[in-house]
Amino acid sequence: MPSLPPIRPEDEAVAQRARLTGVFDAPAEQADSARFDYLLRLGDDALILGQRLGEWCGHAPALEVDLSLANLALDLIGQATHLLNEAGECEGEGRDGDALAFHRDVLDFRNCLLVEQPNGDFARTIARHLLYSTWQHMLLERLTGSTDRFLAEFAAKAIKEIAYHRELAAEWSVRLGDGTEESARRMADGLDWCWRFIPELFEVDESLEALIGRGSAPDPRQFEEAYRSSIATVLGEAKLQAPADQRPILGGRRGHHSEHLGHLLAAMQFLPRTYPQARW
Amino acid sequence: MSSDWPLWEVFVRSKGGLSHRHVGSVHAPDAQLALRHARDTYTRRMEGVSLWVVPSKEIIASVPDEAGPMFEPAADKIYRHPTFYDIPDEVKHI
Repeated sequence: MPSLPPIRPEDEAVAQRARLTGVFDAPAEQADSARFDYLLRLGDDALILGQRLGEWCGHAPALEVDLSLANLALDLIGQATHLLNEAGECEGEGRDGDALAFHRDVLDFRNCLLVEQPNGDFARTIARHLLYSTWQHMLLERLTGSTDRFLAEFAAKAIKEIAYHRELAAEWSVRLGDGTEESARRMADGLDWCWRFIPELFEVDESLEALIGRGSAPDPRQFEEAYRSSIATVLGEAKLQAPADQRPILGGRRGHHSEHLGHLLAAMQFLPRTYPQARW
Repeated sequence: MSSDWPLWEVFVRSKGGLSHRHVGSVHAPDAQLALRHARDTYTRRMEGVSLWVVPSKEIIASVPDEAGPMFEPAADKIYRHPTFYDIPDEVKHI
């Protein structure tokens, strides 16, 4: 086996200067970096889920569903714009929402793993949306009382959109679960795929702890039980069994992503990176 | 899939005080989802404050072939139009 070439001193120097963010488990040092991190987490969730739902455009099972999913996607992209623009402000290095959306790489994304999961069939998309929008809605309910003015105002605006997402996802879950044999099987498969990503939604790390302490962010653990019971209610109505708890998969909030996110970003970021001067 | 779903006629009230107006139709498996589809298809740009959906099969329609007897007798009865009055300029909203 050939040995690797020796590391050149000039390369070593470049490596020394490399910024810490984007590296696995980069520490969140200061108070404001926790806020930046939180804005990225919420903003990236919305951006990535919006992009995923947008992939249905032209492919949904019916024209009406096509429009419906595109509407959900646009709500989320709108939210991402607000959150990422604010994240850029918070960071103070001249990056706006577009720069953060289109010029970061996989390791710098802070979305949860659930939202980056591939659409699969319509049932899996609905399962994913049920699990995420129920969580997002419960979070936003509490975020409206945030001491952080931007977050409180953002939550007050977004909660109406997400209430609709939550209801729509629940209604479709019931229709698929309590529909035909095939739709029930597909819905159960979709839930099974997504179930292992639930624990990440309730994870609290140091960065989030800091914001909870300041009253800027709600503690998700406080509504985990309510969340589980809300999902159980929908599944009961849908005549579906909740999947057995699987080994949780964590890490999205720290930039450890599944291979799916890279493919999504390649499609999403290609144009602005290849044609930086492109305008509508 | 949508060809298996029944058709629903959609009516939108554009603002309080106005009547619901027919705007089009959607496919949906049931009434509740018909409302959702109507919302997503016809009120995306703030066109409405209220929605009705009605199963298209429940609409009783006149027969096009009978349009003659149905409508033509009204054509030469101009005295049914309130056009023989002079309306004073001061009267608004007519």
